[in-house]
Amino acid sequence: MQHVEKHPILSVESLRKVYGAGAGAVEAIGNLDFTVARNELICIVGPSGAGKTTFLRCLSGLLAPTSGQVVLEGKKVEGPPEGMAVVLQEYSRSLYPWMTVYDNVELPLKAKGLPAGERRTAVTEALGAVGLSSSTKAYPWQLSGGMQQRVAIARAIAYRPKILVMDEPFAAVDAQTRAELEDLVRDLWQRLGVTVLFVTHDIDESVYLGQRVLVLSSAPTFIMEEVRIGLPDERDQLSTRALPEFARLRTQVYELIQQAKLVTYRTERPVAGEAVSHSV
Amino acid sequence: MTTAPVQARKQPGKGSRREPLLWGMLGIGTLLALFEIIPRFGLINSRYVPPLSDVLAALGGQLTDAGFWTALGSTILGWLLGLAIASVLGVVGGVVVASIPLVNRMLSSTIEFLRPIPSVALVPIAALLFGTTMQATLLLVVFASFWQVLVQVMYGVRDIDRVALDTARTYRLGTFWTVRRVVWPSIMPYVVIGIRLAAAVALILEITGELVIGSPGIGKLIVIAQSSVATSTMYALVLVAALLGVLVNVGTRHIEHRVLFWHASVRSEGA
Repeated sequence: MQHVEKHPILSVESLRKVYGAGAGAVEAIGNLDFTVARNELICIVGPSGAGKTTFLRCLSGLLAPTSGQVVLEGKKVEGPPEGMAVVLQEYSRSLYPWMTVYDNVELPLKAKGLPAGERRTAVTEALGAVGLSSSTKAYPWQLSGGMQQRVAIARAIAYRPKILVMDEPFAAVDAQTRAELEDLVRDLWQRLGVTVLFVTHDIDESVYLGQRVLVLSSAPTFIMEEVRIGLPDERDQLSTRALPEFARLRTQVYELIQQAKLVTYRTERPVAGEAVSHSV
Repeated sequence: MTTAPVQARKQPGKGSRREPLLWGMLGIGTLLALFEIIPRFGLINSRYVPPLSDVLAALGGQLTDAGFWTALGSTILGWLLGLAIASVLGVVGGVVVASIPLVNRMLSSTIEFLRPIPSVALVPIAALLFGTTMQATLLLVVFASFWQVLVQVMYGVRDIDRVALDTARTYRLGTFWTVRRVVWPSIMPYVVIGIRLAAAVALILEITGELVIGSPGIGKLIVIAQSSVATSTMYALVLVAALLGVLVNVGTRHIEHRVLFWHASVRSEGA
């Protein structure tokens, strides 16, 4: 265990996932072991094909791990847990085109059984928080990609999750929109006091956003290293990215990713402790 | 940072739509003119093909005849009833077959065997069971249009987006809301296409049943007019059947656009 918290909100314990059995078995996740503290913003970055999708499906209870477990707020995850909201990369597919922006955000709250008045407040606040108060009656497909992803974020925060899981949420939007959305995530995280687990393949993004970055190996996945991001809490697209510390951190993560691509790793029981022994 | 919504794509102006309509009218006008001129000038024997004006006169006569309206009512009723039964059976059946793997494996070969049977081949059976009644034709209509809906709905269920379903699961929507707000709208485009195809097939089979079995309706009037050598009336009735077909097509397309306003195939037309 590389980062032991007294009261972690989320702990991933010896998570392993193998698809199939016998000679044709594919080991997607070798061993994942980490915890996330309450109110933390943690980024997970890895080379493409690092088994990020498999990991997220296990984390969100959509897929049962082969061994190990995910524990959210002391409860083992066995199906999609109540305190978790997931924002996916494919906003156009995860938002329902037959419903307005407002109805999309409201639907999970309806299913939760929230009374109408509370629903209205929650939806209005969430859409206001992402800057979409004027688009409530629009349909998702009438909005730009960045705005659609804002709707997906609004839906997630209206759900009032304990942990917000984001799966490469900005991979499909243009660079300028991406910078805006990164700042939005930092802002929401600070204002709402929600825990955020942010998965990305973008090194700069992970350093800019996170308090901590976990670097994954390529499949079968394990944690190569944990990088503490010692940047000031008030971050800014221009000045933060110009800091020498930012450059140093992105170089460090970059080199780790390059290393991750080269490492071939196959053992039944991984030595996770060794892999992170030179952790910051 | 812009927060104003991108404007909904504007409907194309009336002007751009008018031109194809104009050309279409010109085509139909030419056809109708030929219909009038060719028999008039004796290029075709007007005993077999009467000129348009005679046909229209016969049609006018029909419109004042209560028997015509009763027949038209029977045809529309039979068509609608058959279509409704087939749609309900097709949607329910399609969802059940496609979503339960065991049922799917059990029934897919049976479906592939029954589906290609030409409905007209069932005429003797229908007539044997129900005689020259409306039920006999109804059986044909239901049988023919059921497959159209069933097969489309089965495709639809298999084509539900996994991301949409995963989202429903992570937000713990539960069966009720998932079916109502995710599954049903997802298969809707397929249901609508199935019903549109079924509507056309149902009308064909309705008229066929009336013609061949002799159940009440426009088809039966056509046979009577033919056997009594009332050629103009016969053509007038065929024209009515054709207009019904056009109406069915236009009507279903209109419904499709209203129900599927959010679907890419509909909304991109305005762009």
